[in-house]
Amino acid sequence: MSTITITPIATFRTDDPYPFCPGCGHGPILDRLNEAMIKLDLDPAKVVIVSDIGCSGLSDQYFTTSAFHGLHGRSITYATGVKLANPDLDVIVIMGDGGTGIGGAHLLSAARRNIGITVIVMNNLNFGMTGGQHSTTTPEGGVTPTTPHGNLEHPLDICATVGVNGAAYVYRGSSFDKDLADRFVAAMTTPGFALLDVWDLCTAYYVRSNKFTRAGMEESMRSWGMEPGLLFERNVTEYSTGYRAAHASIAGSPVAGARPLPVEYAHTLDRPMSLVVAGSAGGKVRSAAKLVALGGLRSGLWAAQRDDYPVTVKAGHSVTELWLAPEEMPLTAVSSPDVFAVISADGFAKAGPYLSAMSSDGLVLTIPDYADLVTDARVVVIDPKSAPKRIPKTSLGLVFLSAALTLTGPYPMDALRDAAGAGSFSEVNLEAVETGIGLASG
Amino acid sequence: MTTTTRPLRREYVDGATAIVRGAIDAGCTFFAGYPITPASGILMAMMRELPKVGGVAMQGEDEIASIGMCLGAAMAGAKAMTATSGPGISLYSENIGLAIMGEVPLVIVDVQRLGPATGGATTVAQGDVQFVRWGTAGGYPMIVLAPSSVPETYGLTAKAFELAERFRCPVFLLTDKEIAMTLSAIDVDEYPEVGVVERVEKDAGLPYAWEPSDAVEPMRRYGEGDAFRLTGSTHDEGAYITKNAETVGALNQHLIDKIEQHRDEIQMVDADPDPDADTLVISFGVTAGAARAAIEQLRSDGIPTAGFVVQSLWPIPEAALAVALEGIDRVIVPELNMGLYRREIERLAGDREVLGVNRVDGTLITVDEIVEAVR
Repeated sequence: MSTITITPIATFRTDDPYPFCPGCGHGPILDRLNEAMIKLDLDPAKVVIVSDIGCSGLSDQYFTTSAFHGLHGRSITYATGVKLANPDLDVIVIMGDGGTGIGGAHLLSAARRNIGITVIVMNNLNFGMTGGQHSTTTPEGGVTPTTPHGNLEHPLDICATVGVNGAAYVYRGSSFDKDLADRFVAAMTTPGFALLDVWDLCTAYYVRSNKFTRAGMEESMRSWGMEPGLLFERNVTEYSTGYRAAHASIAGSPVAGARPLPVEYAHTLDRPMSLVVAGSAGGKVRSAAKLVALGGLRSGLWAAQRDDYPVTVKAGHSVTELWLAPEEMPLTAVSSPDVFAVISADGFAKAGPYLSAMSSDGLVLTIPDYADLVTDARVVVIDPKSAPKRIPKTSLGLVFLSAALTLTGPYPMDALRDAAGAGSFSEVNLEAVETGIGLASG
Repeated sequence: MTTTTRPLRREYVDGATAIVRGAIDAGCTFFAGYPITPASGILMAMMRELPKVGGVAMQGEDEIASIGMCLGAAMAGAKAMTATSGPGISLYSENIGLAIMGEVPLVIVDVQRLGPATGGATTVAQGDVQFVRWGTAGGYPMIVLAPSSVPETYGLTAKAFELAERFRCPVFLLTDKEIAMTLSAIDVDEYPEVGVVERVEKDAGLPYAWEPSDAVEPMRRYGEGDAFRLTGSTHDEGAYITKNAETVGALNQHLIDKIEQHRDEIQMVDADPDPDADTLVISFGVTAGAARAAIEQLRSDGIPTAGFVVQSLWPIPEAALAVALEGIDRVIVPELNMGLYRREIERLAGDREVLGVNRVDGTLITVDEIVEAVR
C-alpha cells in the first residue's frame, strides 16, 4: 500500500510548546527555521537536526525531523559525519555561543572544509542554562557570574572567523529579523558550509545583569564592528560531493591485498637466527632489514623485524631486530643476537646490551670506528672506504647485512638479489648487495 | 615441531595492514582519525584504500572530531572505525560515552604506546588495559578484543565490527606498537575467513527498546523510512529526554544487560592446557608471543606448563578462565604494565598464587623472564 502526499507539509513543529523563558529569542528563531523548512518543502525524514548542549540543545525535540542530540561543542562533528555518509540529507546544526568556544576547532575546520551543513548559532552572549556564565561572545565589560567585575575578554567574531576561512554563506542578524526565514532558506540552499550568527536576548541572565535591550544589542553589534547582514557568499565545492568526485576514478578498484612471495630457493637454517642492525634514522636500516627478510621468505624461511627508533624522523638511532627462522615462531625480542652490525655512532650508542649478551658463536660486523668494541663474539671490521665505489650512507645497512649473510649463509645470495631487484630503488639496492658480498669475501 | 607439506604462501606485513584489511573485509565504510604514532599507519592506509570500496576516510581536526564524525556517519548507515593511541583515547572519552548511551556501533582501535601523557610515541606498552575498560563516565560494560598476531589482528578486527553491530555499542581493538608496526612473515592461508557484517535495520518505529532488558533493537538510519532521534541524554525509547526514574533505570540496566548477559557470545581465548601443569601463564597481545615461546621451552625442558592467551579482554572470559584454572596452583601474568590485568586474575583465582612479570621501560618481556618466573 502506498500513499501519495500532495499537500506540502504545514509544519515541522511538534505540538509541544517550547521550554524557553518568557522573552527568550530561541523560540522565534526556531519558528523562522520551521518557516524555512516549509518554504523549501523538505521531507522531515531527510532532515537531520543536530543540536548542541545548553538551551539551544533542547531545540531538536520540538521538530518532527530526525535528530542527533550529542555532546557539548561537538554537534558540528556529528553533522559532518552524517553529511559525509549521506550527502543527500539536509543537515542543520543548532548551537549556542557556548558551542563556538568549546567547539571552536570544529567550527573553523567545517568552514575550511566547506562541508554542506547549515549552522545556526543562537547567540545570547552567555551560558543561559548553567547560570549565565560568560561565553566567547560576552561583550567586554559584560557582567556575568563568572565576570562579576566585568568581562576582560574580547568577544569572538564568529562570522569573520568562518568567513575568512572559506565558508560559503555567512550571515549575522538577530531573532528580531523579519526576513530570517528567507536567510535560512538561502543558507540551506547554498552548497557548502553556511553559518547564521543569530543574536538574541537571554532574559534569564544577560538582560537582567546588564540592563541589555534589543536596541543595546543592535548598537553593540555596530560599535564592535560586527555589522549585521549577509557577510560572505561564495561558490564552493561542497565537501561530501567533492570527496566523491575526487575519488571517482579509484572507486571500484581492488583494495590492496596479500601478495604471497614465490619460494624459489632453499635455506640452510635448522634453528632461528637473529640479526640486529644498529644504525641511524634516515639510513634505511629498516628497509635493508626488510629486503633481507624478503630474501628469507623467498628461501622458505619465516621472518619478523622489530624496529626501534625515536620520534624524530631523520635523526637519532634506528635499530632493527630481525629474526629468520625455519619454523613459524611467535614474536619475541632479540636479547642475544647471532649477528650484530654496527654502522653508525647512533647505532653504537644502542649496542651495549646486545654486545655483552653475545656468545663466542656470535658475529659482530662493525665500521672501523668501533674496531675495539668489547664482546665475546667474533668481530669483523668492515671498512666501507675499501669498497671500489663510495657507499652512500643510506646503503650501509644493506651492505653490512649482505656481508653478514655472505659470512653466515642462511640462504642463497640470489634470493637477496631477487628481493632487492623486485622492490623500489632496485638499482641502488642491488649495488649495495654486491658491495656487501665483495667486502665480506675480500 | 611440525613439517608443512602444502606449499607455503607467505607475505611480509604488519598488524596495521591486517587491521585495514580486516575492517574493509568486514564492511567498514567510514574511517576518521588524527595522526598519532603508532596508529598513523592505519589512518594513511584507510585514506588510500577506503575510497576504493565507496567509503569515506577523513583526517579530523583532532581526535574529538574524528570519533564524532564516526558517530554521525554510523547513524547515517556507515560501519565506522577510528584508530588512535593512548593520548587520543583520552580525547575520545566523552564520545565513547555517547556511543554507549546512543547505542551507536563503532570500532575503536587503540595502538598502545608507553604512557602517561605523551609518554613514548614509538615505544611499546600495554598500559591501557584498564583505561579502555573504564575510559568514560558511568562504568558501563565495554567489549575489548586484543590480538596477539597478524592473522589474529585481521580476524579480531572483523570480529569487533560483528560485535559492535550485534550489541550496538563501541568495541575496542586493543593492540600496541609492536603488533601494529612489526613486519612479519605470514602464511596467507592462516588468515581466518571474514565476511561482511550486515547491520540489522528497520525503517520505521522507535529507535530503542529494552524489553527484555538485554534486547538489542534493530538500528535506524537517517534518511531511511520515517524520522527518528538519537540522544546522549537519559531518554525513553523514542530518544526523548527524560528524568523519569523508572524509564532511566530500565535504560541503564539495559545498557549493562545487553552485554553482561551475553558474555558467552564475546568470550574468546586461546587455551593451551596441560594436564600435568601446576602453573598457568595468562597473557594477551604482544606479550603472548614470549609467553607461547616460554611454554614451549618449559615443556621441552620437562616442566609441564599451561597457557591461556586472552583475546576478549573485556568482559573478562570468566567461564573459560575457570576451566583453565582447574588443577592449577600458580598463575603467572606477564604484561607490559605493572599488573593491570593481573589484579583481575587475582580477583578470580581464589587462593592460588598469582605472580606478575612486568615491564614499563619500553622493552618487551623476554622468553627467559617468563621461563624464569615459572621455574
